[in-house]
Amino acid sequence: MDMLMQITSALFLLIGSFLCISGGLGILRFPDFYTRLHAVGVTDTLATAMILIGLMLQNPDGLVIVKLLIILLMTLFINPAASHALAQAAMQNELMPVLDKKDTNGKVTSSNP
Amino acid sequence: MKDLFAVIMLSGIYGLLSASFFVAMDAVDVAFTEASVGAGISTLLMLVAITMTGRTEHPVNHKPLLALAVVIVTGGLLIYGTLDTPYFGSAQAPIHQHVAPRYINDSMQEVGVPNIVTSVLASYRGFDTFGEVVVIFTAGIGVLALLSMVYRPRVTDKDTGKDTVDIDTFNDSMHEKHLILRIVSKILLPFIMLYALYVQFHGDFGPGGGFQAGVIFAAAIILYTMLFGINTASRVINLSLIQILAATGVLIYGSVGLVSLLNGKNFLDYSALSTDPIAGQHLGILLIELGVGITVASVMVIIFFNFAERRESIHGVENNAENCSKENDEAQSAKIP
Repeated sequence: MDMLMQITSALFLLIGSFLCISGGLGILRFPDFYTRLHAVGVTDTLATAMILIGLMLQNPDGLVIVKLLIILLMTLFINPAASHALAQAAMQNELMPVLDKKDTNGKVTSSNP
Repeated sequence: MKDLFAVIMLSGIYGLLSASFFVAMDAVDVAFTEASVGAGISTLLMLVAITMTGRTEHPVNHKPLLALAVVIVTGGLLIYGTLDTPYFGSAQAPIHQHVAPRYINDSMQEVGVPNIVTSVLASYRGFDTFGEVVVIFTAGIGVLALLSMVYRPRVTDKDTGKDTVDIDTFNDSMHEKHLILRIVSKILLPFIMLYALYVQFHGDFGPGGGFQAGVIFAAAIILYTMLFGINTASRVINLSLIQILAATGVLIYGSVGLVSLLNGKNFLDYSALSTDPIAGQHLGILLIELGVGITVASVMVIIFFNFAERRESIHGVENNAENCSKENDEAQSAKIP
């Protein structure tokens, strides 16, 4: 049983770390603000949840689990709202997404170099 | 860097990073303060300031060579000075020889508060902390004196000239702008305030205390003001009452000191407050932390309100669309500790 808990916890932590790394990669590699926000907004919420669940399994002690649960609940509220606020602010300040389009020669041009 | 917004964000990130390395060095109380003050509320206040001053720095024509030279020389001297300091973590360092052993060994018998940082801050060094609170209070008074507006712009009906914001129309209009943000922050606000109270009264036993609690409490009020507009917020928060509260906090702190003085002990020696010295210490620390919390929260709210009112009188009412990305940073940084 203890072994099982450890393995499950390690699995959750690994998935969480992988999502964190992929989110960071997304910030670096994606072309414009909205896709970057998408990368970090989606993965961060899930990654935090995964890591917190992994930590809960690490330490099956009442008070710690309650604290971690509260943090989990707060991140589930705050992270999507923050992403939404950022996207909305960008939209209101007329930051347009990059939309690559083919011109008549068939060459791909970027609207935002 | 010419973009002031980026500069402010960088300083906020710097605050958060230094909070992390304070945690790594086991100074959780300092880290807590740095995260809430350095990364949270000072970033926020500077953001409010640049909405008045404009986002880009005024271009300068001269090259600041003299300033560069001064910075290089001072930096070099400082680095030269670090060569003589003791190694990191060295037990022979003078700072570990002087009064620190007494605090660590005797504070449990003398003060009886599990968190040594609180007992040093509030009891042994109570007079210093009193000075800090007075400094914060003075900053609030300074902002009031410089920026306070006699005329407050209000939302009034053009025909009748009286307040039109009755509560039903407000509840409808709430769902027009920033719908998601307003609902989410309304859910979060009670928890932020509750957390501030926990930090306030749990400061004897864990990291926390009046400074952090006051800042977090003020952050909750500022979050509300940013999302619902200053006119709505001033219906909830009576600014003149806040001004009285800011003075009350300092007054509570000073009065505790005076009471112990009248009971025949030193200024701010809390063992005079009760027959049992330990109980007196507990009571005294609780009271002065309360005073600190009240003053800090009120002064932060005063500073923010005066900035925001000045800004609204410049830019006109309801220009806060660009604000909506900021308050969530604030909410997050309030949660991070």
